[in-house]
Amino acid sequence: MSQKTPAITTKNLEIAYGDFVIQRDLNFTVNRGEIFVLMGGSGCGKTTVMRCLTGLKAPEKGQVFLGNISLWEAEQATRDQMAHNIGIVYQSGALWSSMTLAENVGLPLGEFYDLTPQEIRELSSLKLALVGLSGFEDYYPSEISGGMRKRAGVARALALDPQFLFFDEPSAGLDPVTSSLLDDLILELRDSLGTTMVLVTHELPSIFSVADNCVYLDGDTHTMIAGGDPKRLKTDCDDPKVHAFLTRGGKNRTG
Amino acid sequence: MKPHRHANNKTESGSQPCEISFDRSDEKKLLINLAGSWTLKCKRPSADVVKKEITAGGATGIAFNTTGITEWDSGLLIFLGRVIGLFLKNGITVDKTGLPNGAGKLMDLAAAVPEKKGARKKSQKESFLFRVGSESVAFVRSSGDVLTFVGEASTAFIKFLTGKARFRRSDLTRIIQDCGIEALPIVSLISLLVGLILAFVGAVQLTMFGAEIYVANLVGIAMVRVMAAVMTGIIMAGRTGAAFAAQLGTMQVNEEIDAFKTMGISPMEFLVLPRILGLTLMMPLLCLYADLMGILGGFIVGVGMLDLNMVEYYNQTKAAVPLSNLWIGLFQSIVFGILIAVAGCLRGMQCGRSASAVGDATTSAVVTGIISIIVATAVITVITNVLGI
Ligand SMILES: Nc1ncnc2c1ncn2[C@@H]1O[C@H](COP(=O)(O)OP(=O)(O)O)[C@@H](O)[C@H]1O
Ligand SMILES: [Mg+2]
Repeated sequence: MSQKTPAITTKNLEIAYGDFVIQRDLNFTVNRGEIFVLMGGSGCGKTTVMRCLTGLKAPEKGQVFLGNISLWEAEQATRDQMAHNIGIVYQSGALWSSMTLAENVGLPLGEFYDLTPQEIRELSSLKLALVGLSGFEDYYPSEISGGMRKRAGVARALALDPQFLFFDEPSAGLDPVTSSLLDDLILELRDSLGTTMVLVTHELPSIFSVADNCVYLDGDTHTMIAGGDPKRLKTDCDDPKVHAFLTRGGKNRTG
Repeated sequence: MKPHRHANNKTESGSQPCEISFDRSDEKKLLINLAGSWTLKCKRPSADVVKKEITAGGATGIAFNTTGITEWDSGLLIFLGRVIGLFLKNGITVDKTGLPNGAGKLMDLAAAVPEKKGARKKSQKESFLFRVGSESVAFVRSSGDVLTFVGEASTAFIKFLTGKARFRRSDLTRIIQDCGIEALPIVSLISLLVGLILAFVGAVQLTMFGAEIYVANLVGIAMVRVMAAVMTGIIMAGRTGAAFAAQLGTMQVNEEIDAFKTMGISPMEFLVLPRILGLTLMMPLLCLYADLMGILGGFIVGVGMLDLNMVEYYNQTKAAVPLSNLWIGLFQSIVFGILIAVAGCLRGMQCGRSASAVGDATTSAVVTGIISIIVATAVITVITNVLGI
């Protein structure tokens, strides 16, 4: 990636539940083909920010630009169109429990493209194979392990060949080996598809192995207090909270 | 750099179709030239074209030249998957070097299959007073939500009428079975008992005047005009309304509803519409069935206890119940079907994101369902009275 094109930009974004402001004054840019991490302690609002970036929760103030279209100011038709370009891997997997894995992946394909059932089936198998789940097409989500559900979630998110891929805590509930395999998968998918990826996570190994760029969302001041390459932040950032986060509470432990 | 994969951004919708040609200058190796736009939107050639070519030429390997490809997505992958699948079996070598950078990697990634494990859990609690307070506030706010929901459901229904609504027919069939056939045993039991009870209560009074035969009128009119519809309504509110709320509520908790929304699939059409349709279609049938069972209950008491003649009882019932009562009963049951399904789906869709919220949604669906049934019965009774039917 020689030159950088902004893919996702936020401008003075403020998100709240009623009167309770979760995050405010968010200004960051995710470049095309980049793996970007939203990090911060539990409950600081990472999921909420992600919901706002993907069109699920309206912000109180500010804008979200996907490419050069302002997501929350666009018309419903444009927004529906943009939805096809966004793939989301939910924290819990969010697979449709009444459908098999192949049906989960195949449903959006059948809805938006004029494909034969045979083609849909082949494509679903292909996407499942991409995440290492070939042979599990006819399993229901309740019949597979958590890690497999995560990967099936990735396969479904990839169904419509999205330009943007969002992951909410991909490694939550996974053992370190599985979660590092998932990190590898994320890197491989980025390298082969060139997809822009946004990860919500607080897993340090993940952050250091995949992230090109990141922001730290603070739950106390309700805004972002640091951003940049996480490896550089670890050594250069002098904010005690960020430093403690990146070093697992390390030397500069406060309080 | 890779080719512009994501050219599905409107501007290029008229781009050139995909092209395929073959180069047999090398005897052993068939070179497949791919050009143009290889996306899901375009009509792609079948892998048989390649098969024919290779059986004709007798090559032992294939390679690709893809420099002419302007854009590609999974459409190319599905084609490659077929071609590669076709030849690997026959021992023909496939050279992937000529493929677009990402596509080659993806095909390799798809071929490597690892295997692992994991697990997770969650739950939540709130104080009683807090719940009472927030429930009251929420109740006031919810009236607006109800209107929105009804509006959206109507839009979905109009789309259904014009044949544009998207949902799986198999879901509708399953729902129809669930709230039709599978409800028969409980509907039979309850309506038979209601018929028996009405007849008993009536018989005690009517025998005092030697007018036992009017038990037939009492049971017939009461069942056909209101009781059958109300009883099936209440049964279905407890059975199916609650099930709808629990199903949709659970989907809300699991972010499944979000997943529908972000994929641009309306949960209103996909989940709510088939439920409302299914129940509304089945309610009048159940009601008709309950009419018969109720009358049978009265018949058992009349013939068994009051020693009435069977034919006489039958004729009396037939004469006593005007057809208009049947229509009123069926009309009511349709209204109840809509109310129960809307209440169930509404509460399910409004469900919060915790396991206990599903329980609240279910309770709320049953309460809303039963209250609206009673209110609707009152309204319909007053209206029919005014109209003199
Ligand atoms: N539906 C909601 N209504 C009100 N507050 C909420 C809701 N969902 C989340 N919150 C609050 O928003 C904050 C951020 O939540 P979340 O984005 O899930 O955090 P994270 O993903 O960083 O752990 C938390 O304090 C949580 O209590
Ligand atoms: Mg979260």
